[in-house]
Amino acid sequence: MLAMPIMMGMDIFMGTAEIRFIIKQLGGRNAPLLQVLLAVQDAAPQRYLSEEAVNEIARLLEISRCRVYSTASFYSEISLEPRGIHLIRVCTNAPCENAGKQEIQEAIERELGITVGQTTTDGLFTLESVNCLGACFMSPAIKVDDTLYGNLTTESVVSVLDSFRKEQCHGCK
Amino acid sequence: MGVNNKELVFNISREEFVDLKTYRERGGYTALQKALRQPPESSIQELKSAGLRGRGGAAFPTAVKIEMVRNNGETGRYVICNADEGEPGTFKDRFIMTHLPFQVIEGITLAAYLAGAENGYIYVRHEYPEVQRILRESIKEAEEAGLLGEDILGSGIRLKLEIFSGAGSYLCGEETALLSSIEGRKGRPRVKPPYPTQSGLWNKPTLINNVETLANIPKIIEKGSGWYRSIGTADSTGTKLISLSGDVVNRGLIEVPFGITFADIIEEYGLGAKPGRTVKAVNIGGASGVLVPGFMLETPLEYTACAKAGITIGSGAIFVLDDTRPILPNVHNRVKFFLHESCGKCTPCREGLRQANVILSKLLSGMATESDVVLLERYTRAIQEASFCGLGQAAGNSLKSSLEYFHEEYLAACGQECRDKEETA
Ligand SMILES: Cc1cc2nc3c(=O)[nH]c(=O)nc-3n(C[C@H](O)[C@H](O)[C@H](O)COP(=O)(O)O)c2cc1C
Ligand code: SF4
Ligand code: FES
Repeated sequence: MLAMPIMMGMDIFMGTAEIRFIIKQLGGRNAPLLQVLLAVQDAAPQRYLSEEAVNEIARLLEISRCRVYSTASFYSEISLEPRGIHLIRVCTNAPCENAGKQEIQEAIERELGITVGQTTTDGLFTLESVNCLGACFMSPAIKVDDTLYGNLTTESVVSVLDSFRKEQCHGCK
Repeated sequence: MGVNNKELVFNISREEFVDLKTYRERGGYTALQKALRQPPESSIQELKSAGLRGRGGAAFPTAVKIEMVRNNGETGRYVICNADEGEPGTFKDRFIMTHLPFQVIEGITLAAYLAGAENGYIYVRHEYPEVQRILRESIKEAEEAGLLGEDILGSGIRLKLEIFSGAGSYLCGEETALLSSIEGRKGRPRVKPPYPTQSGLWNKPTLINNVETLANIPKIIEKGSGWYRSIGTADSTGTKLISLSGDVVNRGLIEVPFGITFADIIEEYGLGAKPGRTVKAVNIGGASGVLVPGFMLETPLEYTACAKAGITIGSGAIFVLDDTRPILPNVHNRVKFFLHESCGKCTPCREGLRQANVILSKLLSGMATESDVVLLERYTRAIQEASFCGLGQAAGNSLKSSLEYFHEEYLAACGQECRDKEETA
């Protein structure tokens, strides 16, 4: 499978200028910390908060790094580890579990060769679990990036993954 | 009582997005105009007579809460719409916000005006990016139409409304944890009192209401409390949005008048259990709610009747389990959820849930004995009674209901091997 390779471990650093810009947009020194963390993470190439980003946020908001880490680590949607281009999140709550969440998750794991919490070696997908997506009317449900997929079967979930692989390949044709 | 009854409060249709123009054509924003013309006290009285109660879980009378903020001498008050919707099995707020964003915004504007707040937030969970997008656009549109922002409808009243994104913490739906979250800290709950109405965001009086609660307000002001009281029962007025999921033919969002029985909701709207199966248990109110056996479903959806039966209406989630489903895996799923979401601040919740998780794993692998079940009952009481906040208390309640109504499944799960060992010991 051809996908844009991202070397894991090589930190693609977000410029401090970009972080400064985000903070300015959100209100400068008094910008709400949680919104800053989410915005910086969204803009980061590997959608996580790097150590450099944390340092820069602490400096610009004039708060301690400890404070930034303490808030960042509390929230499940914030990652301190690099993630893949596409984030797959499998809902783990009872309505989805009853509707076959385990089979769906195993199908994804088999297809990608990773388990929950891991990123594929080509850097294309990260697999995570998530709490109820408010999509229990179509359990089992998953989210890939910002899109919801419901009423999944072990086959249909693989075609969802394929659609993201294809999309990635447009650029390398 | 049909699904297409246009006389209810929301009348959400899955295919329809009600934009500002359509919303106004259907009477949207007449409530705000009316409220701005009459003394605030009259509008608050209307909400009081309507008997509107909070739809976020605690069912507190909304008008009383608004009054508490209004009568607080401190200025710089806030209004917060709680759109954190994290309760597993719940998707009603998502539907309101995606289909009727302006009804939510008008409701917040009215609540802010009545409470005397000029700044507000909609705290939306990060897992709902499309909802955040719709709300951002709708806020902008309302501002451009003079319905929000400075000088609303030429009245001199102002409200600056912003979206605040959560970041994946179920606990942040708890009102004081939500405040800490906006203030940039870990989303841990605070001691009450002081209540948010006294000392909330940045220590200012703060009105916090659920999306569904706030979206009820424009309809009540527009059509009057008499109309509102004509829906539902004397005890519980108006309608409730129900998120129906699990082993039924028809899953989805439904709006029902209070007073209907749970059995009727499942039969009429959910079209009952799947062919050849029967309803065994129903989880009402999400993970925090109770797990009740089929025979209790004749209870009407009504605050007093439910409280008497030990049922928590909560967010209005109804999750159905049919006769093919064992109870323990479901309970274990919920315990794992609460354990993951516990903030670890107090011991009964943190350690109690950890122990409950261990015992349930043992039960499910056939390694537990009856003394483990007794121990689980003890931990459950501790979690229920000694937890600091609603998360732990609710976790305890939900565990307790399963131990009470499905005790035989716990006993049956005690491994035969272990039972033999106990007998010989
Ligand atoms: C653990 C926990 C999670 C909660 N989550 C939510 C939520 O997602 N949405 C909500 O409106 N209320 C939630 N609540 C209830 C709020 O604390 C609060 O009572 C409610 O927002 C008040 O609004 P209402 O009076 O309109 O119901 C939660 C409570 C607890 C203890
Ligand atoms: S009950 Fe649980 S979630 Fe609530 S404060 Fe205690 S540890 Fe935190
Ligand atoms: S339980 Fe999976 S979307 Fe709600």
